[in-house]
Amino acid sequence: MKRVLILLCLGLMVTFGIAVAAGTAAMADTLATPTTIVRDGVTLTIAQEKRAEVIGNKLRCLVCQNETVENSRAGLAKQFRGIIRRRVVRGETNEQIIAFMVKRYGIFVLLKPPLIPLTWLLWFSPAIALLAGLGVVLLARRRTAPGPEPDLTETERARLKDILS
Amino acid sequence: MAAPSVSRRLMLGLPLAVVATGGIGFYALLERMRSGSYNPQDFNNPLVGHPAPEFTLPGADGHQGFDRAALAVQKRPVLVNFFASWCVPCAGEAPFLDKLAQSGLDLWGIAYQDKPEALALYLAKYGNPYRRVASDRSGRVAINWGVYGVPESFLIAPGGMVRWHVAGPLVPEVIQRQLMPALRRLA
Repeated sequence: MKRVLILLCLGLMVTFGIAVAAGTAAMADTLATPTTIVRDGVTLTIAQEKRAEVIGNKLRCLVCQNETVENSRAGLAKQFRGIIRRRVVRGETNEQIIAFMVKRYGIFVLLKPPLIPLTWLLWFSPAIALLAGLGVVLLARRRTAPGPEPDLTETERARLKDILS
Repeated sequence: MAAPSVSRRLMLGLPLAVVATGGIGFYALLERMRSGSYNPQDFNNPLVGHPAPEFTLPGADGHQGFDRAALAVQKRPVLVNFFASWCVPCAGEAPFLDKLAQSGLDLWGIAYQDKPEALALYLAKYGNPYRRVASDRSGRVAINWGVYGVPESFLIAPGGMVRWHVAGPLVPEVIQRQLMPALRRLA
């Protein structure tokens, strides 16, 4: 009788152990980080979403013009985010997706203007301003440089002679 | 002693002249913003000087839709106007569009993200200056045209080239100063 009871207890413990192990495994399964998410109507992996955010942060929302496509709540920006994500899922590169936007909206859609002849003045204006400032300083210094002292006048010469004698 | 006095006058006058020029320029900018001939939010649509993009749009209820090919085979310039019934400046430009249509210019409308019932009400209320009205429900075609808001208008030359564009209402100032010269260049 005693032996039967011990066996029963052992059996119960084993089943409980298995149940707990299975339970935690199942829990871990559901709690694991999801591998895909849905953003702006597109299902994509975390890595793809990260890439889409990098692209969206480089683009200007054309409705509220000082916001990025990622941050703007405008309908057009939401549509842009959807387009970017669908193209990321399709396997297009960041450059291809940005080129798609630039083709339609021009370089204005880029928050960081590219270095092209049109933007030379913009990019080099700090250097130009610095050079102009240096030029002004040099000119001013040359102008205020002390020249030779003027000669004494006749009356001053006479006075000097008077003092020295 | 003549040289230093000239340079001193220059040192005083030059900054003053720069500030005055800047002020006049700024005032001119404000005036042009007020009259509607300058929109600080506008940017050059890269489509100008290029063929209209590929697209096909269904007609709005009771209207004829169109595609790129239909635009390209026209013998006369066409003004493609993106508009919407929910757009306040569109209602503002409506009387001027009517006048343009009466003067003989072909206007083709694209209703941007609009509902059929609202669109029908709008056209009944403000008049329909369009020969064709296509419906871009999703607004996806508008993106291919580089449209970022309504109203926006594109002048299409026979053959399908985009020759002129404006983002904003076609007020008389814009029509006189920009659209008319663009039309004359096509003639």
